[in-house]
Amino acid sequence: MSFAPPKETWSGKTFEITIGNGAKAVKIGGENVFSFHGFEGNYPNKPVIAYEVQDIPPDDWPQMAKDVYAGVSADPVTWAKHCVEKLGAKAVALRLAGTHPDKGDISADQAAETVKKVASAVDVPLIILGSNHAEKDSVVLVKAAEAAKGTNALLGKAQEANYKTIVAAALANDLKLIAMSELDINLSKQLNILITQMGFDKERLVTDPMSSALSYGLEYTYSVMERIKLAALAQNDAVLQGPMLADVGMYVWKVKETQALEADLPQWGNLKDRGVAWEAVTATSLLVAGTNLAIMRHPDAVAAVEKFIAEMEG
Amino acid sequence: MALTGVEIFKLLPKTNCKKCGQPTCLAFAMKLAQRQASIDQCPDVSEEAKQKLGEASAPPIRPITLGTGARAVKIGEETVLFRHEKKFVNPSAISVKISDNLSQADAEKVVAGIMESEIDRVGQKLRVDAAFLSNDSGDASKLAALASLVASRAPELPVIISTTSPDAAEAALKPFAGKNAVLYGANKDNLEAMAQKAKDAKAALAIAASGLDEAAELTEKAKAIVPDLIIDSGARKAGEMLRDNTYVRRAAIKKGFKPLGYPVINFVGRGDNMLETVVAVLSVTKYASIIVLDHLEKWQSLALFSLRQNIYTDPQVPMQVQQNIYKVGEPGPKAPFLITTNFSLTYFIVSGEVENSKVPCRLAVLDSEGLSVLTAWAAGKFTASKIAQFIKESGIEAEIENKELIIPGYVAILSGAIEDKLEGWKITVGPREANGLPAFLKSRA
Ligand code: B12
Ligand code: SF4
Repeated sequence: MSFAPPKETWSGKTFEITIGNGAKAVKIGGENVFSFHGFEGNYPNKPVIAYEVQDIPPDDWPQMAKDVYAGVSADPVTWAKHCVEKLGAKAVALRLAGTHPDKGDISADQAAETVKKVASAVDVPLIILGSNHAEKDSVVLVKAAEAAKGTNALLGKAQEANYKTIVAAALANDLKLIAMSELDINLSKQLNILITQMGFDKERLVTDPMSSALSYGLEYTYSVMERIKLAALAQNDAVLQGPMLADVGMYVWKVKETQALEADLPQWGNLKDRGVAWEAVTATSLLVAGTNLAIMRHPDAVAAVEKFIAEMEG
Repeated sequence: MALTGVEIFKLLPKTNCKKCGQPTCLAFAMKLAQRQASIDQCPDVSEEAKQKLGEASAPPIRPITLGTGARAVKIGEETVLFRHEKKFVNPSAISVKISDNLSQADAEKVVAGIMESEIDRVGQKLRVDAAFLSNDSGDASKLAALASLVASRAPELPVIISTTSPDAAEAALKPFAGKNAVLYGANKDNLEAMAQKAKDAKAALAIAASGLDEAAELTEKAKAIVPDLIIDSGARKAGEMLRDNTYVRRAAIKKGFKPLGYPVINFVGRGDNMLETVVAVLSVTKYASIIVLDHLEKWQSLALFSLRQNIYTDPQVPMQVQQNIYKVGEPGPKAPFLITTNFSLTYFIVSGEVENSKVPCRLAVLDSEGLSVLTAWAAGKFTASKIAQFIKESGIEAEIENKELIIPGYVAILSGAIEDKLEGWKITVGPREANGLPAFLKSRA
């Protein structure tokens, strides 16, 4: 019996986006098939993992995630260089967490200084993230964008509540942009439309449908991502053809499974592997669902996911 | 593939005798096509037609049950490629390999680990489903010894016997006769003998093919002897498993291709346990019905059980906890009293944060049809009158001294209305995000 594999090729494809400059620039997207489906179509760029770095020390990260950056996390430049030089980071996601009104309320100008320093210290592409405070971000990210002019960084996140100034800043400074909405394909679509109506090229836009951690709503992110990818490929819906981002670490490293001691919950096994597995499993499942770029925290989790990506490729 | 009404009509007697309760054979055919009638209602239908209809109405992926009794698990029977289309039906059975090279003491340890793997998670009991007994030694008597050890220590545990030798299979299957075991390792050289051994023990047969072409050939030959088949395409690397699992699922569901209409087994064992865990992620999300692990660590099981639970929940019906007043720690009569919705996710985040605070509390969980706080509020399932009614009927007033209820910050707007409806109660607005709860509760203590 001869079996003809039921291949599926699609009319739509996602936009290929380049982040950063020079030899270490990365490309994401460009595929006309689902994640890792190079066996039936065009899958030119494997997913990229970016290491998360913060402008302030990671005091609110669980101990085991803090520990791995113990000697370097007091200063964002040292931390970023450590990720690139020691850990082999292919991209760095600088989160301006300290600009949040509850976490120090660092000024936009000072945040911009940090962006400038980090950008000149590392040669890999930069993702610049606000503190997720809609109002403050709309000020901070404008200054941060100016500081990042010429780096071809990825700026985010623009949300429904604050997208206007952020989109304008990305436009003015020639940056790529993340658009985030909350776990609903229609909201993603609507926001992307609003952004492109401001004259922002959809081929420079990355969609973040909002991440969630394993066991804490992962299935919502997983399915929204599959639906967005399907809309991009099968329905050729240009508004949803941007590559997708999963901001994994910040959701994973606040859940109980990454913190509870084995002594308190012996049936959960040892904390060190459990924490790493929680981040690695969350990220891997979202890569399978369609993520092109993931932001992660723990080097061991990144290593496991990168091994997985290698095994998917060859 | 399901038949259309007209295709079914061609198979009926066409006498319009009405014995089926329908005015015409065509009307009956239409009912059958919509699965609103059963072929048995027509007394005159031919055996041939019955068989054809039976084949056509069979699920695209054959359902198979592993084991019997309380630990039995069902696999297969999936109907879609993406979980947003429709619920994935039967969760991947997670199994752990036990080599017959292990000493008896080590083998017993693995069996005990499997039996103790059960974890309660969001109200469901999750565990390792099966043991995979592997004839690594090549020695039939060693496999048989391992099989009888497992059968005596864990009589209810479903097993997969792995060998390429029909004789070894026969001996190892003996303690599991009639217990829905699986025999793994039928290939092109041993197919008939292995199928016969599986049949004799009433076991399912798993095909070990090299490639999907060969898998389809082997299932076609084997099915005459054993109907319950499972497919290993031979894929071992994660990328190959994605390709083959996807082709099998599509062929079965979209093309109605019967030779591949069976559950799939994946082997994810790796020396590096973390890598093994993430490769298993691929198998859980992308269509494996049985996953064979080499390791059995608690953290690994917890992560994979949780993923499997996420992927296999019904996208239309969120997971829920029962309406009740739950205690966190050992709350006294003056302990804080909070309320939230019965969406599992909400409940577990909130109760987790209350636990983190180390302040003993009571947590009222209102049945809001599994919706989050804001969604439930927007949908009218978390309203002042429902909350008031629940509190009154719960009998909590007799248990506590302070009639104070802490509500989620996102529904601060409800506080006045609840106070109106709950006489003598004080309503306090808590933080918006649950992660604000530890500080909030500690500051009051
Ligand atoms: C997923 C989702 C859905 C899912 C349902 C998921 C579910 N099981 O509830 C679906 C798609 C079905 C859905 C439907 C609807 N949704 Co909806 N949905 C969401 C979304 C994206 C996430 C909700 C979620 O899971 N949150 C996670 C859980 C854990 O959050 P939570 O329950 O609020 O709990 C947190 C806090 O409240 C707090 N907390 C909880 N309990 C307690 C208790 C105490 C004492 C304290 C102190 C704190 C506390 O802790 C938790 C963690 O911080 C939100 C947007 C958002 N980001 O919130 C919109 C959202 C809630 N939905 C909304 C709406 C309007 C609806 C619909 C009416 C229409 C629509 N837009 O689709 C329908 C109604 C459904 C129905 N049956 O009629 C609106 C509500 C607007 C408003 N302010 O009223 C939101 C905010 C989106 C928006 N911006 O428009 N939704
Ligand atoms: S009982 Fe059978 S033969 Fe008679 S009308 Fe119904 S379908 Fe036709």
